Order: sequence, then C-alpha cells, then structure tokens
Amino acid sequence: MRIALPLLPSVLYLLALFVYPFCYGVVASLQPRGTVGFSLGNYLAFFLDPWQARTLWVTASIAVPNTLLTVLLAVVVAYPMRRGIRFERTITTLLVLPIALGTVLVAEGINGFYGPKGWLNQLLLAAGIADPTRLTHNYTGVMIALFVQHFPFCFLMLLGYISGIDPALEQSARVLGARPWQVFRRVMWPLIAPGVAIAAALVFVMNFGVFPSAVLVGQPAGETRTVAIAAYQAAFERYDMPMASAIAVVMGGCQLAGLAVILFFRQRMSATGVATVGAGKR
Amino acid sequence: MPPAIQSLRFRLTKRFGAKTVLDDFALEVQGREFVTFLGPSGCGKSTALNLLAGLLEPTEGEIWLDGARIDPLPPEARGFGMVFQNYALFPHLSVFHNVAFGLELRRVPRAEIEARAGRVLALVQLSGLEHRYPAQLSGGQQQRVAIARALVVEPRVLLLDEPLSNLDAKLRLEMRGEIKRLHAALGLTAIYVTHDQAEALSLSDRVVVLRDGRVMQAGSPADIHDRPENLFVADFMGYRNLFPITVTTGGAAGRVVGSAGALTLAGRAPRPLASGARGVAAVRPEDLALTSESTGTNVLKGRVRLTEYLGREHDLEVELDSGHTIKARVAEPVAVGTAVGLRVAPERVVMLPAEGGA
Repeated sequence: MRIALPLLPSVLYLLALFVYPFCYGVVASLQPRGTVGFSLGNYLAFFLDPWQARTLWVTASIAVPNTLLTVLLAVVVAYPMRRGIRFERTITTLLVLPIALGTVLVAEGINGFYGPKGWLNQLLLAAGIADPTRLTHNYTGVMIALFVQHFPFCFLMLLGYISGIDPALEQSARVLGARPWQVFRRVMWPLIAPGVAIAAALVFVMNFGVFPSAVLVGQPAGETRTVAIAAYQAAFERYDMPMASAIAVVMGGCQLAGLAVILFFRQRMSATGVATVGAGKR
Repeated sequence: MPPAIQSLRFRLTKRFGAKTVLDDFALEVQGREFVTFLGPSGCGKSTALNLLAGLLEPTEGEIWLDGARIDPLPPEARGFGMVFQNYALFPHLSVFHNVAFGLELRRVPRAEIEARAGRVLALVQLSGLEHRYPAQLSGGQQQRVAIARALVVEPRVLLLDEPLSNLDAKLRLEMRGEIKRLHAALGLTAIYVTHDQAEALSLSDRVVVLRDGRVMQAGSPADIHDRPENLFVADFMGYRNLFPITVTTGGAAGRVVGSAGALTLAGRAPRPLASGARGVAAVRPEDLALTSESTGTNVLKGRVRLTEYLGREHDLEVELDSGHTIKARVAEPVAVGTAVGLRVAPERVVMLPAEGGA
C-alpha cells in the first residue's frame, strides 16, 4: 500500500483519460446505431464493405513500406554520425525542425515544394522536363509527408542508441581483423538491432494512424483513404459514433498486431543472446 | 606461435588541432621485448598505442615492422592484438565466440578454431566458462577473456592499454604476474601503457617515460628507478624529497656536493653539474635510514613532525634543523616530537639540473 499511494495520481490520470474512454469506445462499438443490446454488427459491416475494408490494405501499404524506409535511412544516416561529425548540431537542428513545426505546416511545405506549381516542378519545367511525375495528392505525397515527420524522431532515437555503444568495442573488432562492414554486421548491428526494433515499432504505430497527411497531401477519397479517414467520416460525416468506434478499435488492433510482430522478432534475437544487453551496458 | 618479429620501429607525431599530443616520439622495439610507455594522464602514451594499432592516424611519422611500412595499413591489416582498459568484450557473444572472433574473420577452419580457442582459454585459466556471456563474468575473468581474445590470433605485437587499472589491488597483482608469465612463455613482443610505476618496473624490459608527448627518459626499469635523468622522472618514480640546491663542489658525472642554506648533501649527478650551478637533490624516502651518528656525510638531524603507520614500515615527516622538511620511510616506529638523525648514502642522492636546464 505504501507503494500504491504515490502512484495514485498517475493511475487516476490513466483511468480518466485513457482507460475509461478506451473502454467506452469498445463498448460503444458493440452497440450499433439504432439497435438494442450488443452485437458485432459494426465490425461485420466494416469488413463486409469493400470500400471500408480496403482502408486497412491502403493504410498498411503506406505504413509498412514507410516504416522500413524511415528506419533504414535513419540507420544509414545515424551510423556514420556515431562518433560525432562536423556541423552535427546544425544538422541535428535541421532534422528536428519538422517535429517542431507540426503536421499541417509540413504538409503545406510539401504542397508548396513538391506540388504541381511547386518549386520542384518549376525547376523541372525550366530544365525542359515537360511532364514531371505528380508527387502530391497521391500515395507519394503521403509517403513524403510521413517520412519528413517521422525520420527526425527515428534518427534521433537511433543516434542516441548507436552512439551509446562503447567505441572500444568497435576498435577491438578492428584490431582483431574486422573490416568496417564486418564491424557493423558482427558487432554493431547485433547491439543496435533491439533499438532499431523499438524505433520501427513506434514509427509503424504512428504511420498506421496517419490522418492529417493523408488528407492534406494525399488523395483522401481514393488511394490514400486510410483507416483513420474512414473513422473520421463515420464519426463526423455520418455521425455514426458506434461505427467510428468500431473502426478505431480495428485500427488499434492492427497497430497492436504490428507491434507484436516486431517485438516477436526482437524477442527471438534476445533468445539467441543478441539482445540480452542494451547499448553501452555490460 | 609464429616466429617473433625482429623489430617494430616508429617515429610519430600527433596533433589534435593546435595541440601536440605526441611530439616526434621515436623508438625501436625489439622482437620479444616488453616495452612500457609510462606517464601521467595526458602524456600521450595511449595516443601512441592507438597510433600503433591504427585506430588513430599520425599527423606525421612512419611505422615500420620488420622492414615493411605499416602506418598506411588499416588496423585490421596490421596483425596486432590489443587489450583495452575496459576489456571491450563483445557483450552479445559468449566467451568462446569472443575468443573465436579474430579466427573466424581469418577464415580459420572450425575444428582449428575450437582447438586454438580451447588452448588459449586454458592458458588464461578460463576452461569451462566458454558458454558464459561477458556480463556473467567477474572483472578478472573479463580481463582474461580480453587477453585470450588478443592472444589467440597470434599477434605480431600485443598492445595493452592500462589493462589492470579497472581491477582491485589484489587482482591487479595477480594479473600482473599472469601477464608476465604469458609474455615469458609465449615470447611475445608487447607494448604496455600504464601510469603505474610499479607495473612498469615489474613487467618491462624497457620503460619509456613520457610527458606532454615527449620522451623524458627511456631505459631499463633499474635505470629509470635508480638513475632518473631529470626532475620529472625523479618525481614520477617516487623521489619525494626534492631540495633545490646550489652546487658547491661540482665535477664530471661523479660526486657532487650541493647545499641549500644549512643543508648540505653529497650525491651523484647523471649529467655534469658545474660548481655554482643550480640543481635539485632528489632523495627517496625509502633510502633514508635512522642513524645514531651526529655528524658525517649526509647525516641530517631533525625532529619528527608526523608519522604514518604502513604495516611493515613507518612514514615519517621530519623537520630538519636546517628548516627543510624531509619524508623518510623507516623500519622502526618513532614517536612524534622525537629528535632523530637520518642518513642517506651519497650514491642514493641524485643531483639533477634545476628544471629548465633539464
């Protein structure tokens, strides 16, 4: 009980702001509009309607490749920076800026730069490329927006993780005969992989919930109609809160499933001894 | 073990920005020799080791191993072994795989890896712990793995960077003996970096004392210990009594008499000190002994101000009649306030040129 008392404020906070609304949503999703009692009607309606069910595939086809791309590039950029580089502070500041600016401003910037009348297109037209590829208000636009938003966060997380690894490990591997690539594959990668898995899990969850970017730089009525948009339309266009709740629960389920897959692989690595130790710890 | 190298010869300068960390440090290490770089932190000793390993690039200089220039080679191509201060064991690999690491990279057949790793683990007395992970080992065991991992690849030169400084006092002595035994048994060529003079003296064939990136003295442990050539080496090697003196009777490298006020000391000068020159008389506390004589060469009279009990010996701080304070280490207990006579043999008093003339 002595332990419980200091925890009380945070428990109340969680109960009031997370657990209660969450349970409320789950219960609401089981009470389809215009019916009495509980049923799975909303879920059936969602999965049986191709226009609705398709949003899962649309979201996954954005979230999964984007997660892989973001994490991969973050590793590629952060790894060479692990011992510090020139202008590191400037580079880091530039990379962090998108987090500070917020989604909408970033989306506006993307429209301004990559849009049909954006700087990039004008440059390409001036260079004589008459019919450049359309980069906004479609799948590509959303991919760019999500990357811009999530890369900095992923990069910073991995940079911290990678630079926390004792430089002497790398040095001893070198002296023992490992070339730089072998150092990465045999020493550094096994040590950073657990961190990469966590970064991937977080980016995936954020990607799967994509909403503003999908609306502002995507094509919300078609190829980037994500689950979040479906839930929004149910809630605020058709005012069908139970249906919206059901869609939100499905979305949460997918996010949890993604997490489970990533954490399963992480666990398997630790079972083989790879992830038994974190960065810098011995 | 493959045949030992003939020699490792280098001349190295390293600057970080405007700061010169190593200033034209030149040395030739013979095959099977155990050489120690000794000095306080910041003297450049670890930088020198990292340059030899290839982990740092020299600003200027060359490294030659048996007639081949190796400084352009990356660390993995030098065939050296290195033991780090914090051991740097791979935390995700078992003891066996830590040791096998260098052999796997050299594409040694599996059976041979197992045989060689087994042999070297037996050599460092770790047989049976092959499947443990570094986190499951004590500091001393981790150190042994680090040494085994460096030895198993049969390095042409073994580099050791303060390998004992993270161990407690008892274990440090034990591992010091272990390193000495391995060096003798395997005929290794070793370069050892430390700030601990006792380690340097007990392990080395040759000691190089460094300060601010320059060699202050290089020689056998006895040379460094008994015949320091300058104030810095004397101070570092435990000559805790340093009296600024004026030479009264100078000469060649022989006997020199100097005085500071009422204090007169006779000693020997490693380098000529002329009459009237300013110098420093350096005396180890251990070289002073209590005496009942009241006059004679190098008999100093005074009163005990402070005593420290060390177990076998007693450290005294004695205020001499001349006004100087001297530290002595004696066998007998002496009460504070006692009037005592101390004596030091003239050959144990080192007369050095005053700093600046060094």
